[in-house]
Amino acid sequence: MRSLPTTFMQKKRHNIWILLMSLALFLLAAVLSLLLGSAAFSPAELWKAAGGADAAVLRIFLHVRLPRTLACILAGSALAVSGVIIQSVLANPLAGPNIIGVNAGAGFFAVLCAAFLPHWPAAVPTAAFLGALAAMLLVYAIARATRASRIALVLSGVAVSSVLSAGIDAVVTLLPDTLTGASSFRIGGVSGAAMKSLAVPGAYILAGILLAFSLHCEMDLLSLGDDTAKSLGLRVGKFRFLLLLTASVLAGAAVSFAGLLGFVGLIVPHGARFFVGSESRWLLPVSALSGAAFVCVCDVLARILFAPFELPVGIVMSFLGGPFFLYLLIRRKGGRTDNG
Amino acid sequence: MVELIGVTGGYGRQMAVQDFSLTLPSGEVAALVGPNGCGKSTLLRMAAGIVPPSAGQVLLKGRPLSGFSRRELGQLISYLPQSRPVPGISVQSMVMHGRFPYLGYPRRYRKEDWQMVQKAMEWAGVTHLAGRDMSRLSGGERQKVYFAMCLVQDSQVLFLDEPTTYLDLSHQFEIMELTRQLKQAGKTVIMVLHDLGLALSYADQLAVMQSGRLVFAGSPQEVLESGCLEQVFRVRIQKGGLQKSGGYLFFPAGPKEEKDGEI
Repeated sequence: MRSLPTTFMQKKRHNIWILLMSLALFLLAAVLSLLLGSAAFSPAELWKAAGGADAAVLRIFLHVRLPRTLACILAGSALAVSGVIIQSVLANPLAGPNIIGVNAGAGFFAVLCAAFLPHWPAAVPTAAFLGALAAMLLVYAIARATRASRIALVLSGVAVSSVLSAGIDAVVTLLPDTLTGASSFRIGGVSGAAMKSLAVPGAYILAGILLAFSLHCEMDLLSLGDDTAKSLGLRVGKFRFLLLLTASVLAGAAVSFAGLLGFVGLIVPHGARFFVGSESRWLLPVSALSGAAFVCVCDVLARILFAPFELPVGIVMSFLGGPFFLYLLIRRKGGRTDNG
Repeated sequence: MVELIGVTGGYGRQMAVQDFSLTLPSGEVAALVGPNGCGKSTLLRMAAGIVPPSAGQVLLKGRPLSGFSRRELGQLISYLPQSRPVPGISVQSMVMHGRFPYLGYPRRYRKEDWQMVQKAMEWAGVTHLAGRDMSRLSGGERQKVYFAMCLVQDSQVLFLDEPTTYLDLSHQFEIMELTRQLKQAGKTVIMVLHDLGLALSYADQLAVMQSGRLVFAGSPQEVLESGCLEQVFRVRIQKGGLQKSGGYLFFPAGPKEEKDGEI
């Protein structure tokens, strides 16, 4: 059983410790992702290659491992931060970008853009962001109009997701040349990542994460419920929209190059919350680092488990993430019982 | 001073509150009482500026609420809803949110903010819980934390929606004592209470509602003498109880008493 910090300073020290652990985990995962794969090399070999000893190793590092690791970091942190925002702003722990239709909206618009604007790949991240935003606003509007419960919000998200996923299938079926690797896009994967294609979504993600960090106080107030947030002087409608916009930018940008990555936006915030609680100033950085580390580790496993064949990272993520999530739920239940 | 002038409002087309007018003086504890569904909570939300009325207006210090910015209202009014999500944040962080209406960008707390938070937590008796997660507190402890947050907000008027609901008796009395202390600190407290005994014992002013309208308003003594509680709640009221200690006992009104209008 975890011991509970009772003073504020104890809690702060505990959270700083978890943040440092997340940072260490992230660095370790990033280094593993840079070095391991069907062709593994040690740091010493990489050092020599950088000196001109082995052009092949350097080429693999610069053109395969580096963009792929960067893609994992960007997608993992973006989806995790997007999940934290959505869960806080909707005051709903069951929400996440894939659950409430955001990922599917981004995917549908990205596929539409690829189908009808094939010579304009730079527009894909913007289209994905617009799709994510449209799906999120639609689900939110349904929930508001019907004064739906948390469960109803999730169910309406599942329904919207289902329609949008059918839309993706329809476009890919009717226009088979739209998307090379359509199945990989649906499962989620970063094997085709290139530095050039990461520039635009990378800028979106960096801006989105910085904006989310600067609004951590507002996020915490929204998680207290609308009435309490209003009574504390927050302009609820304005900040909710701004934060949902940020979450859409993050999820849309990630989906535009990594596809419909499993439930990283749901489980990483929950895992982080288990260790640092729900205060956004801790939850956001810990989730961003853990999300990036989680996707990096899953991608390394996807590369080496059946080498030289590769699995899409989304499959490994679901296989690892599902049981881990269940483990957290069971442990959390036990803790509550012990402490009343 | 809070003035409600012809306030009408509700959800959708149904007007839960109709043409409600009342003046609540500063520095007093006022209680809104009435049967379930009579519009008490809706009225409280409109009075606190959480939702605008469909008709009529709410004046605070002689100015309509619509004339204040949201931030100004946050400095003048605190509101505790009856039901709210339980956040997974520490008690001290929760209390610190009470300073939000005073923070500029980038939301940095000043020394006096920290001092006010410490003082409010001591006042509410929750200092020993500072690092505990809100979700791990009992209902009574949580309510005291919300009270500390309201105190830190340093507003003149506090609106409390059923602050004693779901609490055991000792916590109910603790919460009511805290409202009394808020009054002694010069605050105006306006609350919805479903417990008539607590309302009669702790409030300076009672407003009795039925079907969205004001039936009677006055001091507890005036309300008792008016007979409106018996009429609205269909009960007989006996002051003093077994020990003649100053409390109240309530009995269901029999068909005969109801018919004859006797107590």
